[in-house]
Amino acid sequence: MSADKLIKMANQIGMFFSAMPDREQAVKDTAGHLRRSWEPRMRRDFFKYIDDHGTNGLSDILLEVVKTKRAELEPPKVA
Amino acid sequence: MSQFNGIDFGTPASGATESVQLEIDGVDVTVPAGTMIMRAAAMAGIQVPKLCATDSLDPFGSCRLCLVEIDGKRGTPASCTTPVEPGMKVHTQTPRLAKLRKGVMELYISDHPLDCLTCTANGDCELQDMAGAVGLREVRYGMDGANHFETAVKDESNPYFTFDPGKCIVCNRCVRACEEIQGTFALTIDSRGFASKVSPSQNEDFMGSECVSCGACVNDCPTATLSEKSVIENGQADHGVTTTCAYCGVGCSFVAEVKGDQVVRMTPAKTGRANEGHACVKGRFAWGYATHSDRLTKPMIRAKITDPWQVVSWEEAFAYTAKEFRRIQAKYGRDSVGGLVSSRCTNEEGYLVQKLVRAAFGNNNVDTCARVCHSPTGYGLKQTLGESAGTQEFKSIEQTDVIVVIGANPTDGHPVFGSRLKRRMREGAKLIVIDPRTTDIVDGPHIKASYHLKLRPGTNVAVLSALSHVIVTEGLMNRDYIAERCEEKAFKDWCDWAAKPENSPEAMEEFSGVPADELRGAARLYATGGNGAIYYGLGVTEHSQGSTSVIAIANLAMATGNVGREGVGVNPLRGQNNVQGSCDMGSFPHELPGYRHVSDSITRALFEDAWNVQLESEPGLRIPNMFDAAIEGSFKGLYVQGEDVAQSDPNVRHVTHALESMECVVVQDLFLNETAKFAHVFLPGASFLEKDGTFTNAERRISPVRKVMAPLCGYADWEVTQLLANALGYPMNYSHPSEIMDEIARLTPTFHGVSYQRLDELGSIQWPCNEEAPDGTPTMHVDHFVRGKGRFMITQYVPTDEKVTRRFPLLLTTGRILSQYNVGAQTRRTENSRFHAADLLEIHPQDAEDRGIREGDLVSIESRAGTTALPAVITERVQPGVVYTTFHFPESGANVVTTDNSDWATNCPEYKVTAVQVARVNRPSEWQEQFQAFTDEQNQLLARRHSLPAGE
Repeated sequence: MSADKLIKMANQIGMFFSAMPDREQAVKDTAGHLRRSWEPRMRRDFFKYIDDHGTNGLSDILLEVVKTKRAELEPPKVA
Repeated sequence: MSQFNGIDFGTPASGATESVQLEIDGVDVTVPAGTMIMRAAAMAGIQVPKLCATDSLDPFGSCRLCLVEIDGKRGTPASCTTPVEPGMKVHTQTPRLAKLRKGVMELYISDHPLDCLTCTANGDCELQDMAGAVGLREVRYGMDGANHFETAVKDESNPYFTFDPGKCIVCNRCVRACEEIQGTFALTIDSRGFASKVSPSQNEDFMGSECVSCGACVNDCPTATLSEKSVIENGQADHGVTTTCAYCGVGCSFVAEVKGDQVVRMTPAKTGRANEGHACVKGRFAWGYATHSDRLTKPMIRAKITDPWQVVSWEEAFAYTAKEFRRIQAKYGRDSVGGLVSSRCTNEEGYLVQKLVRAAFGNNNVDTCARVCHSPTGYGLKQTLGESAGTQEFKSIEQTDVIVVIGANPTDGHPVFGSRLKRRMREGAKLIVIDPRTTDIVDGPHIKASYHLKLRPGTNVAVLSALSHVIVTEGLMNRDYIAERCEEKAFKDWCDWAAKPENSPEAMEEFSGVPADELRGAARLYATGGNGAIYYGLGVTEHSQGSTSVIAIANLAMATGNVGREGVGVNPLRGQNNVQGSCDMGSFPHELPGYRHVSDSITRALFEDAWNVQLESEPGLRIPNMFDAAIEGSFKGLYVQGEDVAQSDPNVRHVTHALESMECVVVQDLFLNETAKFAHVFLPGASFLEKDGTFTNAERRISPVRKVMAPLCGYADWEVTQLLANALGYPMNYSHPSEIMDEIARLTPTFHGVSYQRLDELGSIQWPCNEEAPDGTPTMHVDHFVRGKGRFMITQYVPTDEKVTRRFPLLLTTGRILSQYNVGAQTRRTENSRFHAADLLEIHPQDAEDRGIREGDLVSIESRAGTTALPAVITERVQPGVVYTTFHFPESGANVVTTDNSDWATNCPEYKVTAVQVARVNRPSEWQEQFQAFTDEQNQLLARRHSLPAGE
């Protein structure tokens, strides 16, 4: 799916949680929201874009999410 | 008054808890204190003659028919205006009273046309009944002399009812209904004495007056003066069926008055808890679409959308669809198909569609149009309070002291609730309106808002943050409530954040445009004015920060202790009839019924056991994600029940591109709607009059929908879904929707106590309804929040990306109008189009002048997404810099202009903020011309539809 759109949506989610005073919790909540609401192919395309093009355009909190929470966000392998 | 709508007790119930004992005609009667004698008598089965009294209106005491005698009291007081007293001995039938009543009736009848046999109201006329009741046998005055009926001119201007002043007895019931129930004050009694007459506005006809055609006056007319044209045409019904309106989220209860299988009229049910006998122009009158000639009643298929339709049997349609979906899944993967179910469908239909997707398609790609309206409500209220639903029943507003309406226009979008709101205001409640437009509730007959915070579109969170700041920094919080009921640390974090200077009204004024002193005044009023209740609509949710706004609203309510009792609360005004229900039923791609996430293995196991299938644990695609995936090439098949995404969803060109990218689009609908023009399979649908089921309104009230006529296509919608599932090899064998509800109740804790039998017993049920609340739950979060402790959350204001620029200097916001409903597929096929025949662009006089635009000019509206053209209306309802339109007509292309920006949490589209430029033009936009050409082509393909020869 459109990488621009996925990155924009991810940053929007991060923007909400980044207002929380507990940064660790904010990173966790951002990842949790992505995990609970993004269909696997959205997460797959998101990570594929990052792998192919780098993390340009990601906000700080999303960079932390990608760095520390990627394993739990990875979608199941397609059979 | 409808003969199928129960007893008319003559005067309203008193509502008092203390009792009074008295004697009426020798019968001991015990009634609540404050009850009028007329009602007390009716409660004992004693009917006192009456004409100007009816139990939906306050007593008036003008007709002098209901006179009674009371031992120890002089004269003959009117029973409708005399309250009961302990030990009172009342006589309703005496020779003196009989003589008086006969004299009164004689006068009435001396000025009434004696055409009973050919009169519309024959057999349903209170004047006729009273003549019989008092034993009128002669009219001594004769029929000579001046009268009102020989020269009366009938007003037939309204499309739904006539006004015949020649039959009017000037009882004032219509005038009082317009004032007391509807709150429009469109009617009055003009002149005095013999010249007295009912007058719409200042001697206008009904269509030319302020009348909103709610039908309250027609309902309360005791004669044929105000008569439904459908009754004039068809005669009176032979039976009535209580059912639920299929329009907005108020969910009014109606009696469908039916002759054979023909609906003669719909009258609001007095026993309906949501509407208590009131209605609006849509539910009351706009039901003719159900039998409109545009209805398609046979299944059709075609390989390409450029092919003519082929009419096929149901079996062929199901076999073709199943084969196509299985082919697509084999080629592109299990997740390449999905389903949408409209929030106009019943709970049972919604439940079956999500079951079909999860069990037969084998994925979670199911969504509902609640996605594009109230999905942020589900998220925001679940996070803060613990349940994805409003907290009150509508009646609760009778206990409210300060009403806050944010991003909602109840007198247009939720008219029956709007009337409740106005009534409460006339009783003294204060109102705060937060809206970019001046809606009718801001300043109307006998109502005026204390504050209208006329914010810039897209700045709700800025305003709500400022209100929070005032409440926190001025110490207006309910500390005891918070300490007892809310999470301590989350509250402290929120307080620290709200108190920051950048959240002050003075700082936020720059963004919102709302003067700081008004923000401060409104915050103080809400926090200190007594019971505060917040009502909000799509003006809150349809933003990039929609969920943030819902959370901010919940924060305000918790901070002031305004959740958990009558008169307060957080109340989403749901757009369509079953938005609440479709969400409850698991129509979202990440939640099973009852708002349980698909990753919850215990819940999944429950459904896997019941459905005998393994369920996917990953969330599915939301509607906008489906469109993106379709364009990208991984989503190829869609089953759409009752939605019209090609009109209702934002960025229409993106949506139609997505539909064109799919290989099998299946549309189940009453009409060939805009989406069906991109479909490969058309399955005919059934209207709410043609099936059984339930709707759940904005109060969480589950109400019965009852079949009054057979489905024109042969099947109710739930049967179609079931047969499609069977064709896909997943067995479903329900014989009645009640069995579907039984399954829902079995698998959903908040529905454990719901059944069709209980609905028949109680009339309607507000969930949760289970072992702890066997009769349902009118008020939620009493004593404690559903989630345990209420959770404050920080709601930082983030300006939308949709910003004004030199190229796009205005902000477009969209909304609804009273007479049309959503995409208009229903109301456009009724006489309601006479009230609103086209979408128009509202523009401020200054902005119009700057552009040389005059009233009625065709103007282009151009955004980053697209361009359309509409006639302009110049009005100060909108502020400078803001333009507004509705989206009820597909050719208007309002959603060609809106963008695919969406709410961060739920992807609810940002319909309410689009940066645009407006300019005079002399022709429709390119999109509109293409739309017209495509529509013509599709209509041709429909007209050329043919049946396949046998064997092909």
